[in-house]
Amino acid sequence: MTGAYVPRRDRLWFTRSRRYALFVLRELTSVFVAWAVAYLLLMIAALAGGGYDGFVALARQPWMIAVNGVALAATGFHALTFLNLAPKATVVRLDGWRVPAWMIQGGNHSAWLLVSAILAYVVLRSP
Amino acid sequence: MTEESIRLEVARYRPGQDEEPVLVPYEVPLRPDWAVLDGLAYVKDRLDGTLSFRWSCRMGICGSCGMTVNGEPRLTCGTFLTEYGTGPVRVEPLKGFPVIRDLVVDIEDFLAKLSSVRPWLVREGEEPPLTTEYAQTPAQLDAYKQYSMCVNCMLCYSACPVYVLDPDFLGPAAIALAQRYNLDSRDMDDRFDVLGHEDAVWGCTFVGECTNACPKHVDPAEAIQRYKLTAALRSVLPWSRR
Ligand code: SF4
Ligand code: FES
Repeated sequence: MTGAYVPRRDRLWFTRSRRYALFVLRELTSVFVAWAVAYLLLMIAALAGGGYDGFVALARQPWMIAVNGVALAATGFHALTFLNLAPKATVVRLDGWRVPAWMIQGGNHSAWLLVSAILAYVVLRSP
Repeated sequence: MTEESIRLEVARYRPGQDEEPVLVPYEVPLRPDWAVLDGLAYVKDRLDGTLSFRWSCRMGICGSCGMTVNGEPRLTCGTFLTEYGTGPVRVEPLKGFPVIRDLVVDIEDFLAKLSSVRPWLVREGEEPPLTTEYAQTPAQLDAYKQYSMCVNCMLCYSACPVYVLDPDFLGPAAIALAQRYNLDSRDMDDRFDVLGHEDAVWGCTFVGECTNACPKHVDPAEAIQRYKLTAALRSVLPWSRR
């Protein structure tokens, strides 16, 4: 079309609204989710292949504790927002009645808590 | 008693005259029953007849009066001036579309996308007489009704950062429209060839703003995420249909 004005690409689009910023934050937290997975694999490798003491020494470093503290918060935020979005992808109808989003969300969160509790029990119980 | 007024800052773009849109202030009466669209009509009738904008029904049905009001995509006939206190109210064309003039954007790309999803009932292997009826139960109607409420206002496209950054993205309303037919018990297609690729459902990063912007509660974000599930299943089980 002649003469139409095509706006320039807005590279700072995510700063234009709070909701965009929150979205980008949610996406960025996946870096920490990846970190948590890598850390777990490192730990399993150390457990399996010896060298566990070295791993523990590394894990005790203050900077490592700081990184893992941030990673815990970030993965928590990621998991929470992810589970909150899940009802959008799963529309459940029972005999014509649509299961409301809060029930699906609540179910997800309950399952998450349950699995976390079981894991915490397994990991934290005294040997 | 002098009537209260409110300032509208209206984006003007006059091809051949302006390099890019400029905000022009206009004082319009602030009346409790006036929508932003009434303010624009006042400008056009009383202050500057050259102002261009689209509208038709003035009741949230035709979908033609979408604009960016104070940064948010809104139907201007359903957005009241009193929402903005003492103002000013910034009125700009819908983000993400080329601007033809003032508040009028180019909708060709959107229309092409809508028709690309085969928005009709697809039947296979039959030549029924024209009088054939296809009855539906209320539950079958419910399965897609929400997606049929779309008024093609394009607010969801304007709210979607993916579309604004990448105009090739098929976008929320077109995918919701495809789902309106996919989920219809009378339809036999699943539109996988149009929906199951990168510029379609997989282009969506689930920002979710389309759903927040939609004035008709179509929930296009839901339509897209549901199809992602369908598409994923279909890739794993090639014989499965929706
Ligand atoms: S889905 Fe909603 S926001 Fe998008 S075009 Fe349709 S009515 Fe407008
Ligand atoms: S004028 Fe028809 S939707 Fe606003």
